[in-house]
Amino acid sequence: MAPSGVPPSAASSTGGSSEPLVTARGLVKRFGGFVAVDGVDFDIGKGEAYGFLGPNGAGKTSTMRMIACMSPVSDGTLRVLGQDPARHGADIRSRIGLVPQEDTLDLELTVLDNLLVYGRYFDLPRKVIRERAEQLLEFTQLLDRAHDKVEPLSGGMKRRLTIARSLVSDPELLILDEPTTGLDPQARHLLWDRLYRLKQQGVTQIITTHYMDEAEQLCDRLAVMDRGRFAAEGSPRELIGRFSTREVLELRFPGGGAEDVAGRLDGLVERTEVLPDRLLLYTDDGEDTLGEVHRLGFSPDSALVRRSTLEDVFLRLTGRTLVD
Amino acid sequence: MTVHDGSDVHPRPPGGAGPAAGPAAVPPRRARPRWLRATAYWLYQYKRTWRGSLTTSFVYPVLYLTAIGKILGSLIQQHSGPVAGVPYLDFLAPGLLAATVMQVGGSEAMYPVMGAIKWLKTYFAMLATPLEVIDVLGGHMAWIAARLTIVATIYLGIMAALGTVHSDLAIAALPAAVATGLAFAVPIAAFASTQQNDAGFTSIYRFGLIPLFLFSGTFFPVTLLPGWLQPVAYATPLYHGVALCRGLVLGQLGAWAALGHGAYLAALIALGFRLAMVTYRRRLVT
Repeated sequence: MAPSGVPPSAASSTGGSSEPLVTARGLVKRFGGFVAVDGVDFDIGKGEAYGFLGPNGAGKTSTMRMIACMSPVSDGTLRVLGQDPARHGADIRSRIGLVPQEDTLDLELTVLDNLLVYGRYFDLPRKVIRERAEQLLEFTQLLDRAHDKVEPLSGGMKRRLTIARSLVSDPELLILDEPTTGLDPQARHLLWDRLYRLKQQGVTQIITTHYMDEAEQLCDRLAVMDRGRFAAEGSPRELIGRFSTREVLELRFPGGGAEDVAGRLDGLVERTEVLPDRLLLYTDDGEDTLGEVHRLGFSPDSALVRRSTLEDVFLRLTGRTLVD
Repeated sequence: MTVHDGSDVHPRPPGGAGPAAGPAAVPPRRARPRWLRATAYWLYQYKRTWRGSLTTSFVYPVLYLTAIGKILGSLIQQHSGPVAGVPYLDFLAPGLLAATVMQVGGSEAMYPVMGAIKWLKTYFAMLATPLEVIDVLGGHMAWIAARLTIVATIYLGIMAALGTVHSDLAIAALPAAVATGLAFAVPIAAFASTQQNDAGFTSIYRFGLIPLFLFSGTFFPVTLLPGWLQPVAYATPLYHGVALCRGLVLGQLGAWAALGHGAYLAALIALGFRLAMVTYRRRLVT
């Protein structure tokens, strides 16, 4: 909880501080015969940064769109800010900010006009929008582009503008769908920095991503999603502790003989994974294991010892890698 | 009274700016209707293009009225005298008014609707805010009504300047023209919201708007059409728009006939709106 950073509107509207901002029980989303979200349960608390991590098609965006009250719930119950999206969608949406997966900026309007017109949707007085717009453009480092059209801006700038826009209404809950997909590393880091600052101010964030580094950076807690279900839920550290070893030894063999080697290394480590291009050995001490590998007479092309990541958690839980 | 004044309670990032910074407390006042907030967006858009569009709405009528109404009209006058008891220019002008608002209403409901769904995704941006589908649709159609009002006002002004207005009732041709334009815009918006690309719009022009423009009484009385074609003309919305506008401007329309034409247009707008609510919902809320 971060009471000092919560906007005054939040304090008055959401009763007890322990009550979750979002609650889902048996949440289902169907498109015709296709089940996109297949009965998930979660609670997201005030001030928390909660992530949905999973590959494309895991049901993350469908879950997000239901929380954002843009997509009707097919089954189960969902409460957002204590209200039912089916009956109070407009009320809820007036209190949340959405950064959709695809930018919905008006490319022909200026940066500033995009904020002004968006603020009008929330029926904010012009003066209030102007003040906030200026602060938000400074916050997202776009102030010098305020009077430029959006069209020529870089992908990272457009993304930052979308975030600025989602904050114009001073939302209690910020929903970000794949905030950095398609951005170069520098633009991603700048964006992460801004999101981190928002978090420090107590803005509750819900983030979907298929980047494990993004999930580790931004999320207090996350749900690993696969085929519409939760494979696991917890803090990044918990998940790694629960589903992986401390370290991972990555080996590459000439001619891709990993499969064969894996069989003969059985018993040496807790778990092995054979990927198309390399062999992963899960162990608490990578250097130690590498020594053993050499002692057994194997000579890999390359060997790398690293710490376990959410990628390894995902691989363990689903047998597949995150990024296609 | 609460104590904080909203100025210092919000921690801000080191940059000095923040989402909740500044006087966040919004003074209480009457809420603006939600559909009107959507209309405001289209007004922002129009701020960029109004010069061009105003020129078009001024120049086209003058060109048409001069070339066809005045010059071709003088030839018609020589050969067959007045049409419907008035000079050809006076006969043509209100018909062109109706045909023009049809074109404006139709085109405003094609590419802009598709753009708001597929290209700029403006509708989706709106639907992430307190606006609902009915506000998105209603706000856009209200904007088109405003556009039609501007176009029709200019047109009627030019007609008055050319001395083609014969009745005080001509003032009622303004709402009549707006209704004519909406009778096309609203159903076409319903259609546009079902399209994946703009290919269908070409068909609307080719098989809809252009034949209507030529054969719905704009340039000549429908009674000159071959007998079998006349009922077809009577069934088209433009015929009713032309008859209504012309009747009002020339002062040649009975109250019942006016009501009939008006009811036809109103029914088309209402049906179109119900249909568009279905097609918009299907497309935008998934």
